[in-house]
Amino acid sequence: MKIGIPRGLWFYDYYPLWKAFYEALGAEVILSSPTNKHILDQGAKNTVDEACLPVKILHGHIIDLRDKVDYIFVPRMMSVYKGEYICPKFCGLPEMVKYSIKNVPPMIDTVINFNKSRKSLMTTIYEFGEYVTKDRKKIDSAYAEALKKYKQYKQSIAEGRIPLNGELMKESCFNGKRGRKTIALMGHSYLIYDNFGSMEIINKLKALNVDILLPEMLDNGRLRDYSDTLEKRMFWSYGRRLMGTAMYLAENKDIDGVIYVSSFGCGIDSIVEELIERRMRSESDIPFLLITLDEHTGEAGVNTRLEAFIDMIDWRRKNEGNLSPYGKSICGN
Amino acid sequence: MKVTFPHMGNQYVATKVLLEELGVDIVIPPQCSNDTLDIGTKHSPESICLPLKVNIGNYIESIRQGADTIVITGSCGPCRFGYYSILQKEILKSMGHQLDFILLDPPQGDYDKFFKSVTKLANTKNPYSIIKALAKATKALYGVDEIDDAAFYKRPRERVMGSTDQLYDSFHKEVRKVKGYRAVMDLVKETKRKINSIEEDPERDVVKIGLIGEIYTIIEPFVNLDIEKKLGALGVEINKSLKISRWLTEHLYLQPLKLSSEKEIWQAAKPYLGSMIGGHARETVGYAVKYAKEGYDGLIQVYPFTCMPEIVAQSILPSVEKDYNIPYLCLIVDEMTGEAGLNTRIEAFVDLLRRRKELKHNEKLLSGY
Ligand code: SF4
Ligand code: SF4
Repeated sequence: MKIGIPRGLWFYDYYPLWKAFYEALGAEVILSSPTNKHILDQGAKNTVDEACLPVKILHGHIIDLRDKVDYIFVPRMMSVYKGEYICPKFCGLPEMVKYSIKNVPPMIDTVINFNKSRKSLMTTIYEFGEYVTKDRKKIDSAYAEALKKYKQYKQSIAEGRIPLNGELMKESCFNGKRGRKTIALMGHSYLIYDNFGSMEIINKLKALNVDILLPEMLDNGRLRDYSDTLEKRMFWSYGRRLMGTAMYLAENKDIDGVIYVSSFGCGIDSIVEELIERRMRSESDIPFLLITLDEHTGEAGVNTRLEAFIDMIDWRRKNEGNLSPYGKSICGN
Repeated sequence: MKVTFPHMGNQYVATKVLLEELGVDIVIPPQCSNDTLDIGTKHSPESICLPLKVNIGNYIESIRQGADTIVITGSCGPCRFGYYSILQKEILKSMGHQLDFILLDPPQGDYDKFFKSVTKLANTKNPYSIIKALAKATKALYGVDEIDDAAFYKRPRERVMGSTDQLYDSFHKEVRKVKGYRAVMDLVKETKRKINSIEEDPERDVVKIGLIGEIYTIIEPFVNLDIEKKLGALGVEINKSLKISRWLTEHLYLQPLKLSSEKEIWQAAKPYLGSMIGGHARETVGYAVKYAKEGYDGLIQVYPFTCMPEIVAQSILPSVEKDYNIPYLCLIVDEMTGEAGLNTRIEAFVDLLRRRKELKHNEKLLSGY
């Protein structure tokens, strides 16, 4: 049995878990190719115009897998933490796919909903497993196995090994030396880690000799402590992590600049990015750059803005002796 | 304390009754206008959905009339509406306005907190007076929504064009001037009676359209560019998937008891969309199916640009269109929407429905039924 996992949306946060899980159950797991122009074009053509870039990209990946697999993995991710959601489009993703793309293979569209509690975790896992086997013991051990892989993956990211296109880089993007020019790169993981979708922003920053700090490298618990002090509970999971990161950065200021990558028309970012930008500007003097992408964005423009931003940071560092006093405070584990 | 609130169609009448009955000083924001929208657009993030922008415009226009407290409802996700209050507060703060926000989040089983918010608002701690005022506000809201229903029916049938709108507009002007539940209800009854007795032209061929989509866009006439009047003038009778009175009943009275009046609609939506995804996407799809089954001639979906749940619904609706053979038009509005372009699309759509209807009629005649 072949199960296809599309390289989009939750992919960068969770795929090692699901890949290991289904492989341990004896299925063959096929990942779609890393995003490329063809995938993006196909996705854009087969999605309603109004959808955001990441949703279009996901649709492209479904088309990429369509004729290669028996099942496509498109879970209905309502909520992964208590009291939180991800985005209405994640909630309705199986339907968007089903009604936008012809001849989709059967979907593994099990509901993940821990909004009220995590009590249903194992029932959910069994439901996922039953596409392959009814043997609960087997599912239990496959899940345990998968969890190990997942934790390793998360740990590697925490250490700065960026999962570009889902593949962990060999070296950390962040060497943590005092005085190195460091940029916090913020945004939804599926935009940042998608090399093509993000216009290769990570490679570009590396080429500009910049250390990169990602929200996933910061301790989630600490970030939660920060976001818990918000007046109203931030009920979007990505939003919460990003808000927490921004609050941490604004307080600790051990960073040279923040680049926020967003998708045009992203409903979550229209609030989260706005609140973050306001906070950064009012509580710190950390330079802030917003890059908004869609399938029509020209790469040249992005390059120019990126380079100008880094130039400005260089200038500041030179003229203000503004060396980044980086501390290992909440990084890593 | 001078309380104001954002506009959302007829809701202002209910809020007015509620607060007046509780003896609270209120400022009803001026009817939404291009000025309102301009103010809102200027001070809101560009990419936020339209309702927030209009809300900001409402606040500023009310602040100019002395409002110092804002009362709004909210939610806890998954959609943006749940975080409106926080962003709005930030926006007003950066404009130099420090206002009190009173949040009336739907009780979700927690009536205690809800009542605390209401008590903060009301001049009384007496739950009995609060409940009485709430009941009156609810009744008033149903009354005004009934005026809407009467107008939906009359507009396409009136002998003298514009007679419905004249009564309708005059109601909305007068109701701001009268005070308290009794006076409002008298005006409601009077208006309903007058609209119902407008003379009809029996010759007119009425087309029926189901209006579906995002709740605020459906309910607030300014935001949907007066689509109900436009359609009425084109001889279209409409029905809306969402009404503010039903919304209130849902959130205030039913949901806390884990009940819903929308179960039938969810059932209708189920083959296409089986779960809640935020906003009213499920209702949009459910009502689309319901209208199609009831023999409506067409469907129009309206929603604000970038509205997440409605984008999901929009992906699904072409399948409903095909499965039930019912034409569907999607209208997306934002601050840049041009009225002329919108009119053309609506007129072309209604023309199409008329032709289809005639065709069907002729086919029936030919086949001898
Ligand atoms: S969170 Fe934003 S980018 Fe992600 S799916 Fe939702 S709207 Fe699109
Ligand atoms: S339902 Fe649409 S308009 Fe309402 S908050 Fe959500 S995105 Fe905005």
